[in-house]
Amino acid sequence: MDLMTKNAARTTGSMQVKRGLAEMLKGGVIMDVVNSEQAKIAEDAGAVAVMALERVPADIRRDGGVARMSDPEMIMAIQACCTIPVMAKARIGHFVEAQILQSLGVDFIDESEVLTPADETHHIDKMVFDTPFVCGATNLGEALRRISEGAALIRSKGEAGTGNVVEAVRHLRNIFGDIRKITQADSAELFDWAKKLGAPLPLVQEIAETGSLQVPLFCAGGIATPADAALAMQLGAQSVFVGSGIFKSDDPSPRAKAIVEATTHFMDADILAKVSRNLGAPMTGIGMDQINERYAERGW
Amino acid sequence: MKVGILALQGAFAVHEEMLQSLGAETVQVRTTQDLELVDALVMPGGESTTMSHLLTTSQLFDPIAERINNAMPVFGTCAGMILLAKSIADGRPDQRFYGAIDIDVQRNAYGRQVESFETELQVAGLQTPFHAMFIRAPQVVRLGGDVEVLSTHEDKVVLARQGPVMVASFHPELTSDNRIHSLFLQEV
Repeated sequence: MDLMTKNAARTTGSMQVKRGLAEMLKGGVIMDVVNSEQAKIAEDAGAVAVMALERVPADIRRDGGVARMSDPEMIMAIQACCTIPVMAKARIGHFVEAQILQSLGVDFIDESEVLTPADETHHIDKMVFDTPFVCGATNLGEALRRISEGAALIRSKGEAGTGNVVEAVRHLRNIFGDIRKITQADSAELFDWAKKLGAPLPLVQEIAETGSLQVPLFCAGGIATPADAALAMQLGAQSVFVGSGIFKSDDPSPRAKAIVEATTHFMDADILAKVSRNLGAPMTGIGMDQINERYAERGW
Repeated sequence: MKVGILALQGAFAVHEEMLQSLGAETVQVRTTQDLELVDALVMPGGESTTMSHLLTTSQLFDPIAERINNAMPVFGTCAGMILLAKSIADGRPDQRFYGAIDIDVQRNAYGRQVESFETELQVAGLQTPFHAMFIRAPQVVRLGGDVEVLSTHEDKVVLARQGPVMVASFHPELTSDNRIHSLFLQEV
């Protein structure tokens, strides 16, 4: 056989290719960065990807006002300085911001509740893009609606910018708990599950059969320590997003490295004990009763 | 006979499923103790810079190098291929790799994720084409004389073997087709 002859054409932007990148990010840490210096620190620490944004969620929460897609110039500067995938956020329903991010060549678009929603009814039709999307979810129904719109990756929302892991835990338990129950349901009960979840029946039936979500599930929103990252992983998340938790802490670089190690060795308490030492103060964090607006409630 | 899958980061779980579908006994390798249990090792796709970093912090880099020197069969896909190459264009200055197969590679040679693609490959020894996923894939930019080419795409080598070392720039673990893993297990 002559291997040099006859090459089949390339197919880009397929669902398989989009989910493929999500697979490659498993077991890793995706870090929020606001400039090239932070992006370098993140890559040096072993991040699998960076999320380029103008303000970390803690600052968005403090500043208030409308939070939008970042300046393309800033995203391009981050793309130029690191070799790992670069993600960026578009507002919920703002498909033009997503078109711009695709044009910039970002590797993943986060249709994110951390930014101020642009549409209070519709999410972006993600099927029409070649760039993969990640979307947040607080429960299984929300996750399946996003998947039906074309998301290649789901992250539990948690509550961004709080440094408080309690909401992330709630959302992971919601999602995995319902998946476990669905695998026990009989075929007639699946119709009711689809109705209760507000999710397409075929996706619910698929979960009953496979016992897992159609796309990888990562955790976001409130992770501030190596132990938080390992907690999310032990609860079933396959990677973690860390936003304010790194660059709002006293000493970002060692904390970033420690969270990377904790995500890999999430089942090994001896290693977790070792990497958790001497990291300086984590971000202060806030209790859920102290916040005015829950970002997790954005999304429909 | 146990096949290890380097499980520091990346698509190790799907590799494990594929190897198990072929009847192999598998071990996820994260520590030196795990490494001692295995007779062969698969290095999965993921981020090669992250894996290089974690190989060092997990004190696994040197023990794996020693096992490769002692002819342990290894199969690297995408990031795994980068880790096994002789030299890396566009790598990080501190990025470590094994030099186990006489090829030079370029990271992210096809471009960003929007350029990632799927296609059909002709593979030596397989009767029908193999459906392959290229995800921010590396390219072989230099090929040593002793390296056996098993498949090419658009004149680039995408699957190659030198002794007990096999590398793919694509992801055979992302399909349900286990024939390339089977080729590797024949070596084992």
